Amino acid sequence: MPGMPWPLPWPFDTTYMQLALVAGVVVGVSAPLIGTFLVQKRLSLLGDGIGHVAVAGVGAGLLLGTAPIWTSLVVAVAAALAIEWLRARGRTPGDLALAIFFYGGIAAGVVLAGRSATNTNLQPYLFGSILTVAENDVYTVIGLGAVIVAAIAVTRRALLAVVLDEEASRVAGIPVAALNALLAALTAVTVAAAMRVTGVLLVAALMVLPVATSRVLAGSFRSTTLGAAGVGVVAVVLGLAAAREWALAAGGSIVLVTVALFAAASVAAALRRGRTPDAGTLLSGPG
Amino acid sequence: MSPTTAGPVLSAEGVSFAFGTQSVLEQVGLQLAPGEFTALVGPNGAGKSTLLRIVLGLLTPQAGRVQLFGVPPRRLRDRWRLGYVPQRPRLAPDLPATVEEVVGAGRLAKQGWWRRSRPADRAAVGHALESVALDELRDARVGELSGGQQQRVLIAKALASEPELLILDEPTAGVDAQSQRLFRDSLVHLLREHGAAVLLVSHELGAVADDLDRVIVLRRHVLFDGKPSDLADTGVSLGVHPDDLPRWLEELRPDLTENGG
Repeated sequence: MPGMPWPLPWPFDTTYMQLALVAGVVVGVSAPLIGTFLVQKRLSLLGDGIGHVAVAGVGAGLLLGTAPIWTSLVVAVAAALAIEWLRARGRTPGDLALAIFFYGGIAAGVVLAGRSATNTNLQPYLFGSILTVAENDVYTVIGLGAVIVAAIAVTRRALLAVVLDEEASRVAGIPVAALNALLAALTAVTVAAAMRVTGVLLVAALMVLPVATSRVLAGSFRSTTLGAAGVGVVAVVLGLAAAREWALAAGGSIVLVTVALFAAASVAAALRRGRTPDAGTLLSGPG
Repeated sequence: MSPTTAGPVLSAEGVSFAFGTQSVLEQVGLQLAPGEFTALVGPNGAGKSTLLRIVLGLLTPQAGRVQLFGVPPRRLRDRWRLGYVPQRPRLAPDLPATVEEVVGAGRLAKQGWWRRSRPADRAAVGHALESVALDELRDARVGELSGGQQQRVLIAKALASEPELLILDEPTAGVDAQSQRLFRDSLVHLLREHGAAVLLVSHELGAVADDLDRVIVLRRHVLFDGKPSDLADTGVSLGVHPDDLPRWLEELRPDLTENGG
């Protein structure tokens, strides 16, 4: 990217760490934006399910010799729309619909990758390889992140209305089915964008845990959304720093930081209310 | 704001509906004029909620015709003209949204769901909050409010689009006396200041009995449609307990209840 390495302090004083920082911050902002709505719709595991389906896209990319980010994007968006279609029709329970795609996707990914001539290791895509991310990949992540941020900026009021009451939103003329499909598709875009950061198996953590942390402390939906994006960025910065300092796996480090931030926020919220946090507080927040 | 329609805001003719072989509505007809305050009453299973869902465009009747502002419900383009308060507060206790954010969501039908709020939209939301006496709680999280306060939030949400027809489904079920009084005041405010029509489905009409223009008694068919005073003349009290409704319905129109169940 222009001018790299930029004059940043340790641990972001090298080009590879700066590329990781840019990709990580984009995902750290955009994944919780989507997650805010998924958590309220009780669809926290949707990102996880789509992440597993994306493995089939990675396998297809390796087999076809195409960049796996694009094949996994196509497969993940198609699966997300199919899962939402099944959920909306109500004929297949949400968790069963997810399970079918979940297992089918990861099995197809393993089979397809096994058939590829290069027999490339799936692990960088499953658990991320942000410290080896290439400049072209960073531009792709920026583009996908821009799509997510722009879509949420336009639809966030309507998505909140749908979260509050789907039936009343239909009566009000809000395009509920289209917005639900859009949210599912954006979840898939987030999975593709986060593939090199946390990997497709850990991407859901960046969608859900910053939101869980933010809503413990925030007083409004707006501040929950913005706070979750802030938590995502902090987790990426601290996770990357820890990964460099102690030679840890970066994707896993970022996710572990989000877990630690959630625990700290829950304790802080409980102390603020003057009592010791119990398991219920930690899992459900203050509401 | 005065109603822009000269005809009925709502009309239904010969509406019938069945779930499988179970008939729920048979040849139901009714009309609501602008500014009219009408209560729809009947025992559990009388078909009130089904009729409401048909009127709202969420269900299609198997026979008959429904029109909102002169067009079928699903073809109504100016959806802001229709306000709807669902049966029970469905606000998740862990929802991190403020009262103002929830009420603001009710304004989207008028401002456009993709548009930013303009000063007129924020003023309408503030006005809706004042009309249910919740303006001081606008920054509170809805999950922390009582059931009665949450129901008033949902009423304010429906009022935020300044509707010409407000439909409320059992809005005061399980709500405390103070909230019922505030609920009554906000409805009277809507009727007098905005000239809107109100269709209230409720078992508990005590709080609004003196303000009603019409009462419609439903039990698959329309058993009674007229002024509350005419209903009172038959010896039926609007304060009757819902468990007693079937009995007094039988006394009111034995011909229909014997044939229609």
